[in-house]
Amino acid sequence: MKWNGRCIISESNNTLLSIRSLTIAYQHGNEWLEAVRDFSLDIGHGETVGLVGESGSGKSTVALAIMRYLGQGGRVVAGEVWLNGRNLLALSPTQMRHIWGRQLSMVPQDPLSSLNPSIRVGEQLAEALRHHMGMGQTTAAQRAVELLEMVRVPDPERVARSYPHQISGGMQQRVMIAMALGTEPQMLVLDEPTTNLDVTTQAAVLDLFRELIQRQNTAVLYVTHNLGVVARICNRVTVLYAGEQVEDAPTADLFRQPLHPYSQGLLDSVPQLGQHKSQASLQGISGHIPALGERPSGCVFAPRCTLAVDECYEKRPSWESLPNGRFVRCHRWAEIASGDISTRHPAQASTPPKPQPQSQPPLLTLDNVQVHFGLGRSLADTLARKPPAKVRAVDGISLTMQQGETIGLVGESGSGKTTLARAIIGLEPRTNGQMTFCQIPLPPTLSERTLETLRHLQYVFQNPEEALNPYLTIGETLRRPFITLLGYNRQQADTAVRHLLQQVKLPPHYADRLPHQLSGGEKQRIAIARAFATNPDLLIADEAVSALDVSVQAAILNLLAELQTERQNALLFISHDLAVVGYLADRIAVMYVGKLMELTETAVLLEPPYHPYTEALLSAVPITNPEVSQEHIRLEGDVPSQTNVPSGCPFHPRCPRYLGDICANQTPPWQTTRQGKQIFCHIPVDELQQIQKPVLREHHASEAHNG
Amino acid sequence: MAKYILRRLSFLALTLILTSLLVFAVTQFVPGDVARIVLGREAGEEALEAFREKFGLNDPLPVQYLRWLGNFVTGDWGESISTRSDIYPIVMERLRNSLQLAAITLIISVPLATLLGVIAGLNENRLADNLISVASLSVVGLPEFVTGLILIEVFSRRLNLLPANSSVRQGTPFMDALPMLILPAITATLVLLAYIARLTRAGVVEELKKPYVRTAVLKGLPYRTVIVKHVLRNALLPTITIIAISFGWLISGLIVIENVFNYPGLGRLLVFAIDRRDLPLMQAVTMVTVLGFALANLAADLLYAYLNPRIRLD
Repeated sequence: MKWNGRCIISESNNTLLSIRSLTIAYQHGNEWLEAVRDFSLDIGHGETVGLVGESGSGKSTVALAIMRYLGQGGRVVAGEVWLNGRNLLALSPTQMRHIWGRQLSMVPQDPLSSLNPSIRVGEQLAEALRHHMGMGQTTAAQRAVELLEMVRVPDPERVARSYPHQISGGMQQRVMIAMALGTEPQMLVLDEPTTNLDVTTQAAVLDLFRELIQRQNTAVLYVTHNLGVVARICNRVTVLYAGEQVEDAPTADLFRQPLHPYSQGLLDSVPQLGQHKSQASLQGISGHIPALGERPSGCVFAPRCTLAVDECYEKRPSWESLPNGRFVRCHRWAEIASGDISTRHPAQASTPPKPQPQSQPPLLTLDNVQVHFGLGRSLADTLARKPPAKVRAVDGISLTMQQGETIGLVGESGSGKTTLARAIIGLEPRTNGQMTFCQIPLPPTLSERTLETLRHLQYVFQNPEEALNPYLTIGETLRRPFITLLGYNRQQADTAVRHLLQQVKLPPHYADRLPHQLSGGEKQRIAIARAFATNPDLLIADEAVSALDVSVQAAILNLLAELQTERQNALLFISHDLAVVGYLADRIAVMYVGKLMELTETAVLLEPPYHPYTEALLSAVPITNPEVSQEHIRLEGDVPSQTNVPSGCPFHPRCPRYLGDICANQTPPWQTTRQGKQIFCHIPVDELQQIQKPVLREHHASEAHNG
Repeated sequence: MAKYILRRLSFLALTLILTSLLVFAVTQFVPGDVARIVLGREAGEEALEAFREKFGLNDPLPVQYLRWLGNFVTGDWGESISTRSDIYPIVMERLRNSLQLAAITLIISVPLATLLGVIAGLNENRLADNLISVASLSVVGLPEFVTGLILIEVFSRRLNLLPANSSVRQGTPFMDALPMLILPAITATLVLLAYIARLTRAGVVEELKKPYVRTAVLKGLPYRTVIVKHVLRNALLPTITIIAISFGWLISGLIVIENVFNYPGLGRLLVFAIDRRDLPLMQAVTMVTVLGFALANLAADLLYAYLNPRIRLD
């Protein structure tokens, strides 16, 4: 038994949860297919263990199996889950009711759908307290309010009386946390609890987790795909791939020296804040995760592994226990540990940094562009002649884009970045302001634009699943722009489609496939190919990689960078992920409730001074590099609604550097810093320079994971 | 909430105005001359003209409409062409009967159908579910006169428990009428049962899949609490709407059942009016029916909003 040695260590460490060789299968037709194989893990009191993997790795399956909530399609085939000396898998549902809530709680991914829509928040908290803690009606209601206070919900009495849909996503997740911790369980399973939250909210929620977990000495299994989150909160990490544990190590060790090629690939797929495409292309991992039932018999990762040898295809590697408390499942781990081999090849610049000739006329100019829309009015309001509520989605944006330039547009949800993109492409007519494209005025709507304009202005949508017509073959989809926008005949178009597929690195026979036969990453390649078909001057990519797994995301980012070098097109890249934007963009525009806050060259993004909002964003981005420490700036409250934009500087109610009335009442000036950053703020840049420290600082690794 | 009720009420008023326009329009589209229809083929031109003058048939249409509407609202529903008696008391008597039958039917069918639906939903694709589905669907497929006649044969002829004839006389006290109501109510229940049960089942199945149910289970709450407090509250919402629609049908759509049991409800009155080309009577019955439908829907909307806090947002 490989983990015998570990057992002894764990017992002395006061192990709370101990998973032994857990194997879980799902039913597909008449077959049971293994989703997770031979999974083992120990978690002690007060310990937080990260369970990391991409979609399809089986991480949520493990979480649900621990909770004994697999559902009818899933079944534990073998293994044990010991909690406090009892094997949960041997308990009846009635017995589990004494464990659920009392000893074992879960915080799920999507708080809104996880709360009962028609019961008040306070009651949803109180019912568990009454049931488990023997509290009376009033005591439980009072305690519910206290719990909301504990998770730092402002105005907890009001929230307790609210229904879930009446509070923001961040607040909903805090309610879920309060619910999970209220009954003081010893073990907490967190399943992607911050994935749907904005980055600033995520940072605040993670801080809260860390504090509460420490205070209650709770053991935590943290399931996530986000390595940055793991770095911020976990003591240990287990990496799962295609249902197989491939590596298990203390967090700092894993990040410093990953021993499994998949762990290396995962880490290298995610661009670091400050990493730019001109330095090196992302390494990523080629291929995609195998479907259930198609998993190779040797090492599950072998088909995608650059280091695989014959043995890897033939024999399943064993779960090796290393002396320093690490585990790895790889035939070649020793060679990797010694540095003899590595998946990491020397850095290759994907794109030469290109000089920006300022003398050229701009490609796209936006001058005070506004997109306002009226909300629907009720009949009574119309009769009473009430003006409709205005949504100020985009509220006066001016921006100039050069030929071949990449501008990254970042902002949290509700900042108006998608609306701006849709206004440029003509899907959402602007209500005010001017745009020119190739020095020709750009009409607000698509129907007023010429074919020539449409040809040179293309768009890649966020979700490739919905952007491709499911009834058309890939060939038919890709042929369209050639025929309608370029006037090719059928034969010319077919040749062009083959060439295009080759450019997005897909084999030509994909032209005959239907979208559902492709993986998510392949579909996004098709969407990109379609946008590049007409050789546009400007490509707008709206969150084009955020629905993808990180290894696929890396490949798509590389593809975008490569195609752009070849074609010299400009790219407006929209994302909520500052690291991704920083990787791809030459310049970055930071947006907040319809307005630009800062415009900066990517090269100086990390140098102070910053706009206070940019500073907060940078400080909230989860960092995977253990050698870097990060400023701790947290924003209060939520992004305001676009129907009720604050006066003066829209950021003032949340600004940690709020000056006073001037911020609340007057529109800030645009200031230019020495590095050429443009900042929309009342605080003089020299003063900002003095009070702000660099958000990221390199330091000695030992300090990184103590807090 | 007040604003919401106000809005729903204004919708109700709009609905009623629109239907009254339609009902009024029907009288204009009917071929032939109303005066001629009323007075008969032998009437002279003078008599016809006097009739038209007396009932304002020569006035412009909007004036006729407003007068008709005004009269209707004040309870002056005119005289039946066929029976020459006041319409208002006839319709009210029939409405009372129909409401009685509808109430009894709902009292029997709603708890029964909901219970069956919940049991089926909680046992999705298991024996109980399949039995309930097959049973309720096979009953709904039978026409009402078949189920009605079978019930009469069994409960009235063979067992002699309940009367076969439900011709309730005017002014019969409710308790005396009750035995006569049971067989028609059961017949109507058999029609409604499948609809309500299937919808409830679908609601339960859908809600059980939602993540909040997992939250409730993983809180360690007892199974009963999870189902009754968390699931049913949301799962029964669509059922409320279908009950309201059924109520409208029960008031005016029970033509076959009323005929089988010889029950004096609104449905038979409507058939009678159509048979005799009695336009004023048809108008009155139609308006009452629409009003019943609209009020039932209003009640359903309000109840729905009360139980579903998400509705109140707008």
